[in-house]
Amino acid sequence: MAEHYSSFTKGGRLWLWQRITAAFLVVVLAFHFFLLHFVYHADEVTFALSQARMTTLTYYSLMILFLFTATFHGVNGVYNALVNQGLTGTKRQAVKWTLVAASTVLLVQGVRTANAWAGFTTFF
Amino acid sequence: MSQSYNRGLIEDFGRWREFSAGMWAWIFHKFTGWVLVGYLFTHIAVLSTSIPASAGETVVYEGTQVDVYTGTIVALESLLVVRILEVGLLAVAVFHILNGLRLLFVDLGIGLESQDKSFYASLILTGAITVASVPTFIAGAF
Repeated sequence: MAEHYSSFTKGGRLWLWQRITAAFLVVVLAFHFFLLHFVYHADEVTFALSQARMTTLTYYSLMILFLFTATFHGVNGVYNALVNQGLTGTKRQAVKWTLVAASTVLLVQGVRTANAWAGFTTFF
Repeated sequence: MSQSYNRGLIEDFGRWREFSAGMWAWIFHKFTGWVLVGYLFTHIAVLSTSIPASAGETVVYEGTQVDVYTGTIVALESLLVVRILEVGLLAVAVFHILNGLRLLFVDLGIGLESQDKSFYASLILTGAITVASVPTFIAGAF
């Protein structure tokens, strides 16, 4: 039998969440690229156009979910890559909490940005 | 029944000449992942100009007063280097998506026997999609 060789804690759920978010991101990232480069074009971007999309509740919710899943998948991926490289002990804890802090800042700023388009009063 | 292979540590990059297809797929997936997560932070930082824009902040772009978000994005997109980097970003994202699908299937026990072929297919499809997208990505940059 193969030895247990993984950056994930045995019995943990992060492995599963990395896959669930991956399945979601495969579709939404492809949609994001297609919409913003092939339907709309890079040189046509304006505040009004972005605002028109973001004031649609379906689009706003999809983008917020996109932000949260991409942040989790990306930051958890970075953490796993570093653990694979042999990160342990205090350094591992320091990196973990730095990544948690960076993710929090990214999520807050991402939601504030989306809210600026959607016209929601920023609650942060 | 599953079989395990001892190919040694993949993290030992000095052995790269001995790497098999699956090991290259692992390295490319990590590399593209690092690029994408780095871009995510940059992307939100640039898009954050929508916050002052919504409060009425403007800039002058080519003699015209525009909101700071529109001015920032249009100025960035007018640079050829940004357009080229965007093509690179597309290549990175397409590979990560295709190889990610390959990984999801392998995790489900589908296609493990042909995982090397599906890696080559991911590479070829990434190249084809990227090349086909170049005209759209650089349109209006000149």
